This record gives sequence, C-alpha cells and structure tokens, in this order.
Amino acid sequence: MNVRDSGSLPVRIEQDVVLARQLARKLAGECGMRLVDLTKLVTAVSELARNTVVYGGGGDMDWQILDNYGRTGLRLLFRDEGPGIPDINLALTDGWTSGGGLGLGLTGARRLVDEFELDTAPGQGTRVTITRWA
Amino acid sequence: MERIPILQMGEFLLVTIQVDMHDQLALTLQEDLTERISRISARGVLIDISALDMVDSFIGRMIASISGLSRILDAETMVVGMQPAVAITLVELGLTLPGVSTALNVERGMQVLRQRLERT
Ligand SMILES: Nc1ncnc2c1ncn2[C@@H]1O[C@H](COP(=O)(O)OP(=O)(O)OP(=O)(O)O)[C@@H](O)[C@H]1O
Ligand SMILES: [Mg+2]
Repeated sequence: MNVRDSGSLPVRIEQDVVLARQLARKLAGECGMRLVDLTKLVTAVSELARNTVVYGGGGDMDWQILDNYGRTGLRLLFRDEGPGIPDINLALTDGWTSGGGLGLGLTGARRLVDEFELDTAPGQGTRVTITRWA
Repeated sequence: MERIPILQMGEFLLVTIQVDMHDQLALTLQEDLTERISRISARGVLIDISALDMVDSFIGRMIASISGLSRILDAETMVVGMQPAVAITLVELGLTLPGVSTALNVERGMQVLRQRLERT
C-alpha cells in the first residue's frame, strides 16, 4: 500500500468541524469517489470531528490518500488527548450517549465507511481511524 | 451574528438552508423559527435542504426537534428537497426522523401542507 499524499487539520472548535467536512469532501473527490460514497464519508467525518471537539476537548484529523493495487482510498485519523472512552462496547452501541446526543455518531460512522478502528482507554485519549475506498 | 433567513409566505414559513451549517448556526435557526411560528401563528414550516450535501446526526436532531416544537405550536413541518445521496446516508447512519414529513420540492411540500390544513 502506497501513501500518495497526506496532511493534518486541527479540529479544536466547532467551526473546525465544518472545515473537516470540507477538506474530506475535497480529498474524497480527488480520490474519485462516487457521490453516495463521498456523502457517506463526509457524514462520518462530521460525526467523528464533532466527537473530537465535544468529548475529546479538541484534537487533529490526519489524512492519507492511499493507493492499493490500483484502488484509491481515503484514510482519516481523528485523535485527541481527552478523557478517552471507558467502555468501548457501550460506546459502540446504537443509541448510547453520555451527553444529550442520539448516540449515533460512532456506530453510524462505522456503518458509513469500509474500515473502522477505535483505539481508546480512560485517560489515554481517543483515536478513531476510518477508511473509505473509491 | 450569522443567521439563516426565514421567509414568510402567508401562514407558512420557508427556510432555505444554503450554507454548511456549524452547530451554533443550527441552534440559532431552531430558536428563531420557534419564535417566528408563535409570533405569526404560522400553520406550516417548510425547510428546504436541497442545497445541503450532508445531514449528520446533529442537523437531523435539529430537524426533528423543529418538527416536534412546531407541532406543539400547531404548525406542521415539511422537509423538502433532500438529495438522494443524503437520504441514503441518513438511513445508513440510523437516523429515521420519525414524525418528520418530507416532500420532493417546495411546491409539492406547500401543496401537501395546504391539503392538510383544509382537512382540519
Ligand atoms: N473522542 C471522544 N472522547 C471521549 N469520549 C468520546 C469520544 N467520542 C465519543 N465518546 C463517547 O462515546 C459516546 C457515544 O458517542 P456517539 O458519537 O456515538 O454519540 P453522541 O455523540 O453521544 O451522540 P450523537 O453523535 O448521536 O449526537 C459519547 O456520548 C461519549 O461519551
Ligand atoms: Mg457524537
């Protein structure tokens, strides 16, 4: 697997969620993603970037455009140094929220992408990696 | 402060969302709309989202809550113009928007709202 291009975007305040969506849209377009796939990816980005700001206390979105034997994809890592998630299984349950949300962000984002990885522990921050292939 | 304009058309209110809304803007719209509905005793609200290329759980929740609030204030909410890719994504996200009526475009939405009003 080849990394064709990469970069990073700070995701600190609410307005950065909009910037993250816009950047993801542009990059997904460069990957040649179809409209439906692109929409799914951008929606997942919105959910994860918001979680980074609201629960993680801010963080970054690292991006990579991948080439895998002729297939192009976009991989995004949302990382923060926040409180982490104590119970991963619970957090990945539809409808579970610690705040006033719908509890759809993590589970929904997982359904909207091809690959999803959640790496977190209490006091260790949170890292969510998603990949969508074009 | 940045605001999304609300247009009055007789006893209906029309909101056309044309920007990529950040969360605070969505919340402000919700407050503005509720205030306008009760001030002019609106009977219906049309939210045109044809320019929105994404609806996430936050915007979805805002739409559902506008619809619920307006019902309490005796007005019907109709979401119009949702792009097919957005609709497909919403379903997969798990957001079903219960109790929210949808129509293809503003004209159709207006028609449905009028018909419903005549029946009551
Ligand atoms: N980056 C993070 N840091 C710490 N906790 C997190 C993080 N992301 C998610 N969580 C925890 O996981 C829970 C579930 O997140 P999820 O995004 O699925 O739902 P929500 O944000 O509560 O609601 P919704 O996204 O539907 O508005 C959150 O309520 C929060 O407790
Ligand atoms: Mg969330």
